Amino acid sequence: MPNKDKIVRVPIGPQHPALKEPENFMVDLRGEKISSVAIRLGYNHRGIEKGCEERTYVQDIYLLERVCGICSHSHSTAFVQAVEEIAGLEVPARAKYIRVLIGELERIHSHLLWLGVAGHEIGFDTLLMYVWRDRELVMDLLAELTGNRVHYAMNVIGGVKRDVTKDQFVRIASVVDALEERTKYYIELAMTEETLAQRLSNVGYLSHEDAVRLGTIGPTGRASGVDRDTRRDDPYAAYAELEFQVITDTHCDVFGRTLVRLGELMQTYSIIRQVLKQMPDGAITVKAPLRIPAGEAVSRYEAPRGEDTHFVRANGTDKPERVKVRAPTLANLQSVAKMLEDGYLADLPIVVAAIDPCFSCTDRMIAVRGIAEEKTMNWEELVQHGVRWYRERGIDPARIVMRGDGLA
Amino acid sequence: MSDVETVMRELIAKFPALSGHITAQRDRVWVDVDRQAFMPVFEHLARQMGFTNLLMITGLDVGADLEFIYHLARSRGGITNVKVRCPKGESHPTITGIFPGGHIYEREMIDLLGAKIEGLPEGSRYPLPDNWPKDEHPLLKDWKPREKGVEDA
Repeated sequence: MPNKDKIVRVPIGPQHPALKEPENFMVDLRGEKISSVAIRLGYNHRGIEKGCEERTYVQDIYLLERVCGICSHSHSTAFVQAVEEIAGLEVPARAKYIRVLIGELERIHSHLLWLGVAGHEIGFDTLLMYVWRDRELVMDLLAELTGNRVHYAMNVIGGVKRDVTKDQFVRIASVVDALEERTKYYIELAMTEETLAQRLSNVGYLSHEDAVRLGTIGPTGRASGVDRDTRRDDPYAAYAELEFQVITDTHCDVFGRTLVRLGELMQTYSIIRQVLKQMPDGAITVKAPLRIPAGEAVSRYEAPRGEDTHFVRANGTDKPERVKVRAPTLANLQSVAKMLEDGYLADLPIVVAAIDPCFSCTDRMIAVRGIAEEKTMNWEELVQHGVRWYRERGIDPARIVMRGDGLA
Repeated sequence: MSDVETVMRELIAKFPALSGHITAQRDRVWVDVDRQAFMPVFEHLARQMGFTNLLMITGLDVGADLEFIYHLARSRGGITNVKVRCPKGESHPTITGIFPGGHIYEREMIDLLGAKIEGLPEGSRYPLPDNWPKDEHPLLKDWKPREKGVEDA
């Protein structure tokens, strides 16, 4: 007879096939059930805040954009908003709308990415394939608008870098229409497909009280009835002029988190349509000084995973005195230990995935038409370019011999 | 009366000594408190004035002192930032009694700035690795990566 009172400690991570990011969970098990969890973070610490103090504001935009591979626009917007407040810059209205547009497209790609991962974690890979196929629509659109699938580099201090043309408006509208239809299908699926509801209901339960007490934010908090959304509560960019609902749910479990994200997608489509309708003409940037006057500011941004908060203190030079970043996952991980308690070990991957922790992606070649020199390479030319690049540096790729280990 | 003015008036009514130490910028309130007044002011904001959302804590190296800024938000409206300074090497009380989730920001200040936080529950360090030397705090201004053998990528 197994001893039901015996506790077995299982270390999961930092490297684990179910989680794409390094985190360590020390799970204490009583039989199949989790009695407690200790989480160790920090494996991804790259010293970006220190790095920001040693670089100029302009360099910092690029550095901070790389805090996250998915919410890259979130971080750069949060940062430039703080710097603009200190410098007293009035960002043109059109730039504010473009920031909202890119931010909401980023939310679509992030939520769809999450839905696919959630499908994968519960063994519903058909959902993953469907959703990620649909997600390509928004990825291609983002690439067309900004030049990149991620790390859009749209923000500058004082506005945005690229304008959006009338032709692009038409394509944005058609992508939004197509994705709205698909999202309706996924909502119907979530409401009617019993295996999905049964697999996700009562998994990773987080009561409303615990969600508030632990500072849970974003869709994770909203699925436990925490009615907070920075876009409405403390509007930035053009959100004060846009109408949308904050989606909340009272399931308090992974099923609720799924419904909230799907509902948010529908709101996002509506926001984008309003942006296309209301976006004023005019400049997309104001001139910003290289040296930012002394001062400080806190900036908030509702990223796909929850509120992203930045603090900047300027000292009158071209480099900030201090930049502090709080990404939403850090706040939400506080609640994961609570969600896992009394649950089954086999639910751990989906519970952790349900707060949507970040991971980075993508490696693709894209032709970008801009003011700079235009150059497009096909695959063959790119290979030749690579060979040439190495030869010029004294390395001949043709002479590299792979040492076989007998596997072939 | 705007939300910012309400917050400022309410704080000064409760803590008259704060008069002259509160400023407003946009819809953000900035409060400078001394070390003795910190806990009562912080607790009043969190428990009596509805600032139930701790956004984050920023730690700064300002020479002889460390500065801590607690960024608090209400469910609707702006932010109140509570600033307090503490001489390096001296201890500062934990706020985990009010915000249990706040331990992660305090551990971050311990690792990166060498802050001493009194009353913080046991737990693993964050965010530096377990084998990182206990007395090396990278966010201190005199901690220079190159002098420590860190090279630019």
